[in-house]
Amino acid sequence: MRTRPLSPHLQVYRPQITSVLSILHRITGVIIALGAIVIALWLGSVATGDPWYSEFSVFLNSLLGKLLLIIWTLCTAYHLCNGIRHLAWDIGYGFEIPQVYRTGKLVLVFAIVITGGVWLL
Amino acid sequence: MKLELPLAKAKGLGTSGEGSHHWWRQRLSALALIPLTLWFLFSVVNQLGQEHFVVHEWIADPFTAVFLILYSIFMFYHAQLGLQVVIEDYVHNHGIKMAMLLFSNIVLLLFGILAVFSVLQIAL
Repeated sequence: MRTRPLSPHLQVYRPQITSVLSILHRITGVIIALGAIVIALWLGSVATGDPWYSEFSVFLNSLLGKLLLIIWTLCTAYHLCNGIRHLAWDIGYGFEIPQVYRTGKLVLVFAIVITGGVWLL
Repeated sequence: MKLELPLAKAKGLGTSGEGSHHWWRQRLSALALIPLTLWFLFSVVNQLGQEHFVVHEWIADPFTAVFLILYSIFMFYHAQLGLQVVIEDYVHNHGIKMAMLLFSNIVLLLFGILAVFSVLQIAL
């Protein structure tokens, strides 16, 4: 079969807040799923007993561990807020272009506010 | 021009053969995850630096245990539904697609059960 160029030509497509937030929803979703495995391992380490738990704790509280946890929190907060935006679309609200831009920016602000709240409170 | 057989129209299940089942489950689990995720985020971070017995006691609390189990079930289920869509959208080779779907389903089932079983073992 002859290979033809595929729409929407992502390599020449100017990134916009609509398309960037849309793909971010999927990327953050995959990252959260990976984080879910870490949550399960963490719960497992608590159930297994102290030596396992402490070892895991040392990693989670290291600089790299903290960084990954904060990225995971940011992804979760973003996916949560943008998910609510998606649910609003599903029941027919927020389809006008100015609304799409406004709610998109709002989602980014809320994601950062929630992440800040979780780690600073 | 009609592209649908009368039987297909009557069944109303579309090409997936499942109708809107997947779409609907994704939305319902998302709805359940709104309060559960907010609760999890704000309560689990405080436990991360704690001693083992403190965290053990926190999870053993019936309210914590129930919320953790609900969160785990809905999150792993929602992750399975979401990863399925991502794989179906981006992997076009049928064999690789099937292998990846099987792999993601098994891994998520495994760790989902680990999460729920761990909470039960701690709490009971």
